[in-house]
Amino acid sequence: MSQQVTRGAVDKSIDGTVKYLDDRLSTSGFIKRNIKKVFPDHWSFMLGEIALYSFIILLLSGVYLTFFYKPSLVEIVYDGSYLPLKGIKMSEAYASTLEISFDVRGGLLMRQVHHWGALLFVAAITVHLLRVFFTGAFRKPRELNWVIGVGLLVLAILEGFAGYSLPDDLLSGTGLRIASGIALAIPVVGTYVSFLVFGGEFPGLDFIPRLYTIHVLLVPGIMLALITAHLMMVWYQKHTQYPGPGRTNENVVGYPLMPVYMAKAGGFFFIVFGFLVLVSGLVTINPIWKYGPYMPDQVTAGSQPDWYIGWLDGGTRIMPNWEITVPGMFTLSPNILIPAVVVPGIMFTLLALYPWIEQWITGDKRIHHILERPRNNPNRTALGVMSLVFYGFLWISGGNDIIAQMLNLSINDMTRVIRVLIFITPPIAFIITKRICLSLQHKDRERLLHGDPTGRLLRLPNGEFIEVHEPLSDEVKAILLARTELPMLTPPAEVDANGVKTPNLWVKKLQHRLNRWWYVDQVPMPTAAELTAAKAHTLHELEDAQERGIEIAKDLPSPTKSH
Amino acid sequence: MAKRSGTVGFSKYRKHPAALSVILFLGLIVTSGVYTLGANAANEYARSSVDAAAIMNDPASIDAGKRLFATGCATCHGLNAQGNSDGPTLIGVGAASVHFQVSSGRMPMASPGAQVMRKKPQYTEEQTLQLAAYVASLSPGPEIPTAAQLNWAGADLAEGAELFRANCAQCHSFSGRGGALTEGKYAPSLMIATPQQIYEAMITGPQAMPIFNDQTLNLEEKHGIIAYIEYLKDSPNPGGFELGRYGPVTEGLFLWTIGMGALLMVAIWIGVKAK
Repeated sequence: MSQQVTRGAVDKSIDGTVKYLDDRLSTSGFIKRNIKKVFPDHWSFMLGEIALYSFIILLLSGVYLTFFYKPSLVEIVYDGSYLPLKGIKMSEAYASTLEISFDVRGGLLMRQVHHWGALLFVAAITVHLLRVFFTGAFRKPRELNWVIGVGLLVLAILEGFAGYSLPDDLLSGTGLRIASGIALAIPVVGTYVSFLVFGGEFPGLDFIPRLYTIHVLLVPGIMLALITAHLMMVWYQKHTQYPGPGRTNENVVGYPLMPVYMAKAGGFFFIVFGFLVLVSGLVTINPIWKYGPYMPDQVTAGSQPDWYIGWLDGGTRIMPNWEITVPGMFTLSPNILIPAVVVPGIMFTLLALYPWIEQWITGDKRIHHILERPRNNPNRTALGVMSLVFYGFLWISGGNDIIAQMLNLSINDMTRVIRVLIFITPPIAFIITKRICLSLQHKDRERLLHGDPTGRLLRLPNGEFIEVHEPLSDEVKAILLARTELPMLTPPAEVDANGVKTPNLWVKKLQHRLNRWWYVDQVPMPTAAELTAAKAHTLHELEDAQERGIEIAKDLPSPTKSH
Repeated sequence: MAKRSGTVGFSKYRKHPAALSVILFLGLIVTSGVYTLGANAANEYARSSVDAAAIMNDPASIDAGKRLFATGCATCHGLNAQGNSDGPTLIGVGAASVHFQVSSGRMPMASPGAQVMRKKPQYTEEQTLQLAAYVASLSPGPEIPTAAQLNWAGADLAEGAELFRANCAQCHSFSGRGGALTEGKYAPSLMIATPQQIYEAMITGPQAMPIFNDQTLNLEEKHGIIAYIEYLKDSPNPGGFELGRYGPVTEGLFLWTIGMGALLMVAIWIGVKAK
C-alpha cells in the first residue's frame, strides 16, 4: 500500500474527531472503521463528484428560487422593472421569473447558477458514465449500481426538462408544445395521455403547477434516495482501481478518507461551486426576458432545448415525415413516435442492460475490482464509440438551424446527409476503434517482450546495427500484465448425455457465435516462457554493450541489478 | 521512466501523447482569431446624409439613374428593367425596394446562390437614390419612407416587442440575430440593418420575407418594431456575456468546452498533485 501520509498525523486527526463524536454518540467503532477507509486515487474517479457537487448546488440554489417563484398560469399584466415587457399580459409564473431576474436581490445570479448547474449536472453524469463504461467498472459485482446510475441519468434529463419548462417563457412553452405532441403521438391512448397530463387541451392552466411539484419534490426526492444508494453501494463494494503494481482484485491501494479525501473532495466541491458561480456571474444563460411570455401562436427561430434534450430534438428533426392514417379510425405518427419514444426507449434499455448483455456474450461471471483499460476490451470500446457517433449525429441535428446559419449550409442538405451518415458511420467507427484497440494490444505485447526503444543505435563489430531497448519499469509492466484472457465458451451440445435435445439451442448457438466473435481476434498475452526469454535477450544486449565499454544506457538501471 | 539526456525546455514534451492535440488546438485558435479579425473589418455600414426628397424629385435623377442602371444592372434585369432569364423585372417594385437592395449592398449581386447576401454597398447614397428614381419612374410602387414615416421616437417599446415576437421572431429569432430557412436561405441578422432598411424591407418583402403593408402593420406598429430592434442592438446584458444570443446551442457549447474543460483540468490537476 503506497501510504505517503505520515501515520502519526493521520491518527491524531482521526482520533480527535472520533473522540469528540464518541463522547457524545458512542460511535467510535463505526467511525474508526470507516473514517480510515481507503480509496484509490485517479483524476477520472472525480467525474462523478462533479455531478454530486452540482446536485448539491442545484438543491441550494433551487430552494432560493422557490422563495420567489409562483407556479401559476393565471394571467396578469406585468408591472415590473423590465421596460420592454411593461403592460404585457403574461402568466404569474413568467412574471415571477422576471421578478427573480430583475427585482430580487441576487435572483438573476441564483437563476443562472441553477441553470448552468443543471447543464453541468447532466454533463458530469454523462462523462462519469463514459468513464465507468469504457473502463468496465460496471462489471460484476457492480451491475446494480450501473442501473441506478442510468436511472439517475434519465431522472436528471427529465428534471432538467421540467425546470426548463417552468419559467413559461416562449422557449418553455415551445418545448412543452413538443412534449404534448409526443404524448399525442402515442398510438390509441395518446389523446388521453395528453389530456390527463395537461388537464385538458394544451396549454391549459394545470400544467405548470403540476410540473412544479414534480420538479421540486418528486424527482429530486427520488434522485436524492438513488444518489444515497449509489454512494452506499460504492462504499460497501469498495471503489474499483486501475491496474498497477501491488494492486489486486483483493485489495484497494490508495489513501484514507480522513484526512486525504476529506481535503480533496472538500476542496473540489468548493472549486466546482466557485466555478459555477463565476460562470453564472459572467455569462448569460436563458435570457427569458428576451424570449417574452409564451403565446401558443408565437415561436422564435433558434428554438432549442438544453443540450441534453438536443439529441431527441435532433432525431425528430431528421426523421422523415411519415404519417399513417387508418381510414375512419385514427392517425399513427411514426414521424414523432420513432425518434421521440422508440429510439430513446431502445437506447436507454440497452444502456441499462449492457452489463448483462456483455456478461452473456463473454461468459465472464468473475468478480472484478480492477478496471479494464479500454484497449483490452476492443468490442466494448468500439460499441461505445459507435454509440457516441450515433448520438453525436442526433445531437448535431438538434442544432441544425444554428449550424446551417453559422456555416452557410442548407438545413435540407444537412438533413439529407445526416440521414445517410447516421447509419453508415457508426459501423465504420466500430471497425476503426476496434482496430486501434487491437493495434494497441499488439504494441503492449511488443513492449512486454522487447521493452521500449531508446532511439540509441549500436553498431556491432560485424557491422550490424541494432537499436537498444530499455526494460520496462515495474509500474508499466504491472499495468500491461493486468490483462487477463478468458477461455472462449465451448460450443453448445446438440443433445445432452441422455440424448435429450438441448432446450433453446438456437439461443445458446447465438451466444457461442457472439462469444467467438468477441474474442477471436484478440492479441494473445505473452506466455511466461516468452517473457523469460525476452528478458534474457534484453539483458544480454545491454551486457554486450557494456563489455565493449559503450555507454549506451548510462541512465538505465544497471543490467546486473535488474531482475 | 529513465530521463533522456540533453533535453531542455519544451523539447522534453515533444513526444508527449497530447503534444499533437495541443499544437492543433493552438493552431486553430490562432487561425480562427486572425480570420475573425479580418472578417469583421469589412462589415461596416456608413451612409452620408443627403437630401433624399430633393434627389428623388429632381427630373435629372431619372436620367442619371438610367445611365447607372444600364451599366450596373441591365445585364440581369434587362435594358428597360423588363427582366430576363437571369433576373426579375423591376417594373413596379418601387423606389423603396431599390433603395433597400442597393443600400444594403445586396444588389448588384456578387454571385447567384440560395440567397443574396448583404455586403459593402457599391453605390453612394446619391447614386442609389438616382437608381431608385429611375425604377420608380417606370411604374409606381412602394416609395422611400419619408422623414415622418421614419420618426419612431415616440413608439411603444413593449407593444413593438410583442409585435416583433409575433411577426418577426419566427425567422429573425427572438434576439433579431437571424435564423436559417429552407434550402440554404436564411433570415439575416437585423443588428446591422438601419431603421430605413427595416422599414423598406417591411413594405417590399425582399427575398423570402412577406410584405407587411399598412393594413397588416400600421405606421405606429412599424415604429414599435423598429424601436424594439434598435433597443436590441444595444440593450444591456444584465446576465453577463450573451454568447451571441443564439440560445441553448451556444450555451451547451460553452458548457461542454469551457465549463467541462476547466473542471476536467482541475480534476486532473488534483489527481496529479496526489503523486
